Amino acid sequence: MTRRGFSPKGMLLPALMAVLVFGGWEAAVWLLSIPKIVLPPPSAIVVALVESLGSAEFHWHLLITLWEIIAGFALGSLGGLILGFIIALSPMAERLIYPYVVAFQTLPKVAVAPIIVIWFGYGLSSKIIITATIAFFPLLANTIMGLRAAPADQIEMLVSCTASRWQVFRMVRMMSALPYIFVGLDVAVVLSVIGAIVGEFVGAKAGLGFLLMQKNFNFDMAGTFAILVVLSLIGVVLHAIVQAVQRRVIFWMNTAGDRPVSL
Amino acid sequence: MAGDFLRISGVSKTYAAQDGSSVQALTAIDLGIREGEFVTVVGPSGCGKSTLLKILAGLLPRSSGEVTIGGRPLAGPNPALGVVFQAPVLLPWLTVLENVLVPAKVQKLDLSAARGRALELLAMAGLSGFENRYPSELSGGMQQRAGICRALVHDPAILLMDEPFGALDAMTRETMNEELQRIWRERRKTVLLVTHSIPEAIYLADRIVVMAPRPGHIVEVVEVDLPRPRTLEMQNTPEFGRYVSHLRGHFRAAGMLAA
Repeated sequence: MTRRGFSPKGMLLPALMAVLVFGGWEAAVWLLSIPKIVLPPPSAIVVALVESLGSAEFHWHLLITLWEIIAGFALGSLGGLILGFIIALSPMAERLIYPYVVAFQTLPKVAVAPIIVIWFGYGLSSKIIITATIAFFPLLANTIMGLRAAPADQIEMLVSCTASRWQVFRMVRMMSALPYIFVGLDVAVVLSVIGAIVGEFVGAKAGLGFLLMQKNFNFDMAGTFAILVVLSLIGVVLHAIVQAVQRRVIFWMNTAGDRPVSL
Repeated sequence: MAGDFLRISGVSKTYAAQDGSSVQALTAIDLGIREGEFVTVVGPSGCGKSTLLKILAGLLPRSSGEVTIGGRPLAGPNPALGVVFQAPVLLPWLTVLENVLVPAKVQKLDLSAARGRALELLAMAGLSGFENRYPSELSGGMQQRAGICRALVHDPAILLMDEPFGALDAMTRETMNEELQRIWRERRKTVLLVTHSIPEAIYLADRIVVMAPRPGHIVEVVEVDLPRPRTLEMQNTPEFGRYVSHLRGHFRAAGMLAA
């Protein structure tokens, strides 16, 4: 969990890198006369991006994909969280359920997606469910691990003042699980973007993934690249939101280290 | 003795080792502690002194024997006990005050009354003004003092302390010893403190229990006949020195020399 400050000085090197990469790209396309349907120059991508962002049709597709990502992320992580609690609390449930959960996780979700589309149709629900199946596991695994990560001395301290199993769970285990749960949320939110797009590739009538396929078929390479830019921006923003919430919730992990030396 | 408040009779502890054999950590411990008495336990590493304390705290089942408090048998953790650990073990997401209130919350005591007691204890421990700070903002010595306040907040009759100042530097440790003596004189608790420091054991104790390893047993119980309140300067007197050399003799006999 590293935090990088966005100081002007720190931004200088990445900015220089961007100028070099995109400048070189632009120059190469013009100098080597690469056809636009193979590799569009960055300037054409920017034009396509501005056009897209100004069009109501694009907004419609963007909103659909965003809804699929957020609803699927919420559904999948909630499911993973709840099942994680159940498994961590009951060894019986662990023996009964966990092997099947792991078996399901090893299955490529892309391979399952066509089945889900047949079951739930071409609408939003199939995409939300595909996204949920992908967001589910990071939460499940991290919740189980987190609920078991409570330091032994903290548990001993509570037991020594006559705490019950449930009090230990509530007062120490759940709090110790929070950093793990946030790692799970961070992984899941980024995977959710992939889940929604994969779902739309398999079968959809709208959304950025659908639009991307359409533009690809029409050899609109600049438009395709513009969508990729938007998708990666969605991922970056969602990741930043999770990080911001995490810093507020797990505040005690950010202040550690600056202790006064006085007695 | 009939007058003993905390009575340990025939307590032993045997651990099952990985290879199926068994290791005896404690054998036939007999000890009686009077109400309000300050008893320290010293001994080299592996003498089972921490094991004994964990058994009393209800954190470790004993293999045989019996423990009674005020005549009632002790089974498991008990609200009549307050435990101070080697590390402060404060919960980092709670403020100092909330940490001190943990036993009161666990035992479902009246929280407003407990709050008043906690603030009073924190003031006594010199932590006024730090009630709403988080543990990470406190020094090691301050954290351990908060840990002691937590062990006292539910007003237990007995305070069990497992090398409470072992992790602190020598200067802080001496200050903490002075403060612990003051707290004990004000609160009149029965205290059992485990330490590996001979001067600390003498400075604090009414009686010193000397233990030796393989298997853990009590070698001698030494009455400390020094006037109270004790001062750090007392450590330079010949009387104090005689206790030190007497205890060192036991450590030498056990083949280990401690500070």
